[in-house]
Amino acid sequence: MKSKFAVVPYFVWVAVFAMVPLVLVLFFSFTEKTGAFTLENFIEVGRYSGVFANSIVLGGISTLVCLLVGYPMAMMVARIPARLQGTAILLIMLPMWVNFLLRTYAWMTLLEHNGLINRFLQVLGVGPLDMINTQGAVVLGMVYNFLPYMILPIYSVLVKIDKRLIEAAQDLGAGRRAVFLRMTLPLTLPGVISGVTMVFVPAVSTFIISKMLGGGSNMLIGDLIEMQFLGSSYNPHLGSAMALMLMIIMLICVGIMNQLEERKV
Amino acid sequence: MQKTITRAYMALVYIFLYAPLAVLALFSFNSAKSRNVWHGFSLRWYRQLFADTEILHALLNTFIIAATAAAISSIIGTSAAFGISRMKKKSRRLAMSLNSLPMVNPEIVTGVSVMLLFVLAHKFLPAINFGMGTLVLAHTTFCLPYVVLSVLPKLQQMNPYLYEAAQDLGLPPFFAFFKAILPEIFPGVVTGLVMAFTLSLDDFIISYFVSGSTNTLPIAIYSMTRRVVSPEINALSTLLFAVVLGFLLLINSRQAKEGQNKSIFY
Repeated sequence: MKSKFAVVPYFVWVAVFAMVPLVLVLFFSFTEKTGAFTLENFIEVGRYSGVFANSIVLGGISTLVCLLVGYPMAMMVARIPARLQGTAILLIMLPMWVNFLLRTYAWMTLLEHNGLINRFLQVLGVGPLDMINTQGAVVLGMVYNFLPYMILPIYSVLVKIDKRLIEAAQDLGAGRRAVFLRMTLPLTLPGVISGVTMVFVPAVSTFIISKMLGGGSNMLIGDLIEMQFLGSSYNPHLGSAMALMLMIIMLICVGIMNQLEERKV
Repeated sequence: MQKTITRAYMALVYIFLYAPLAVLALFSFNSAKSRNVWHGFSLRWYRQLFADTEILHALLNTFIIAATAAAISSIIGTSAAFGISRMKKKSRRLAMSLNSLPMVNPEIVTGVSVMLLFVLAHKFLPAINFGMGTLVLAHTTFCLPYVVLSVLPKLQQMNPYLYEAAQDLGLPPFFAFFKAILPEIFPGVVTGLVMAFTLSLDDFIISYFVSGSTNTLPIAIYSMTRRVVSPEINALSTLLFAVVLGFLLLINSRQAKEGQNKSIFY
């Protein structure tokens, strides 16, 4: 028996439980309740284009913030003495292992009207700020949940850079800025792309963070889809159309990012 | 000067990461029902937590599902990795792209698509219902790619002729795999198993869509955050955090003892 048939159980499983469901989504998005073909679902999705755009914008902002905060952090961790790096990384990873519902809930407590942050501000004489149920709160929740996913890939690539390359650049007279912009940054691009992918995709498609921190008025795509399947308005056809659009948009974004990486190499 | 900036920045990031968890932990010991206003020290929420049968039941479900899904996905995934490692380059790349699809797909899309599958299956076979079974099936599906990714590198690092050598020495293929290959790739299999278990334990979005009336721990947590405003949630999260911390410290100290100072995480 040829050994590559060991793959067969895997293919069968993936076909049944991953491929068929996606085909079903495709099927449902093009049909209506009676089973007739229709494009009505997609037209309705078009009416929600504002929500789609909002999700992409908020996801994008969160990803950018994670990158701007996480990249320097990764660099700093890579520079501390090697024996401390393991612990430093462990400490960054630890929150990831706490259920993200609880992490989001933690920020709910802090951002509430009479939450700790507002009470602290009142002591200083500053009036209570409206922090929860805003888009800012949603972005904050996203950054908080996904920051480690940005730091880790960048760090793991940074650590593997051959130090001699940096030394060679310095020997050739490059100042610190040039070394960073023209050596380190391009070399860490795969890590950056990995981190961006791991933050952007969940950020755009989340529904918990927006529900818990954004209130009812800051709905994202995820909330909409959830409502169609388990919420009050049960419409799996519309929900499938939305899910399909989301999947296509994400595949395009990831495809673009992969192209960027290949072009650079 | 630069060192101070570095240290301050790192400190700020760590504070950002841990402050909410610290607040959560602090108020888990609150004697009153408030999450914000401190009234005094008390363990009542922990007592209430251990008496909460819904949570305990959910915890049990979560462990059963995670163990089962991890076991099944490890078997299928290791077998798949083995097959993939013996493929020619072209088919291997195709298999790997197929493998990475579930990982790139937003979780909510995976969740609703699998839900549709089970809804349809229920129509044809009314015996099939949302519950532990559908949860295990769904969890196994999203764990598979990670098992393959954990085992495949080990297979590629291994001497490719071990399998043939074992067969030349008279072992039938199945036994050749178990005696010659499995010991070599075992760390990868364990990593895959642990990853699958962890992913399953913590999964919320996909479980949410296929659980029906069954409760897993994340789903129970979600209902708690939706209705009850009690520090019992704080107690639960503090306990979970302590368990995870203990577990990770254990793994890291074990690896430091074995002389490797590299973490398995990167």
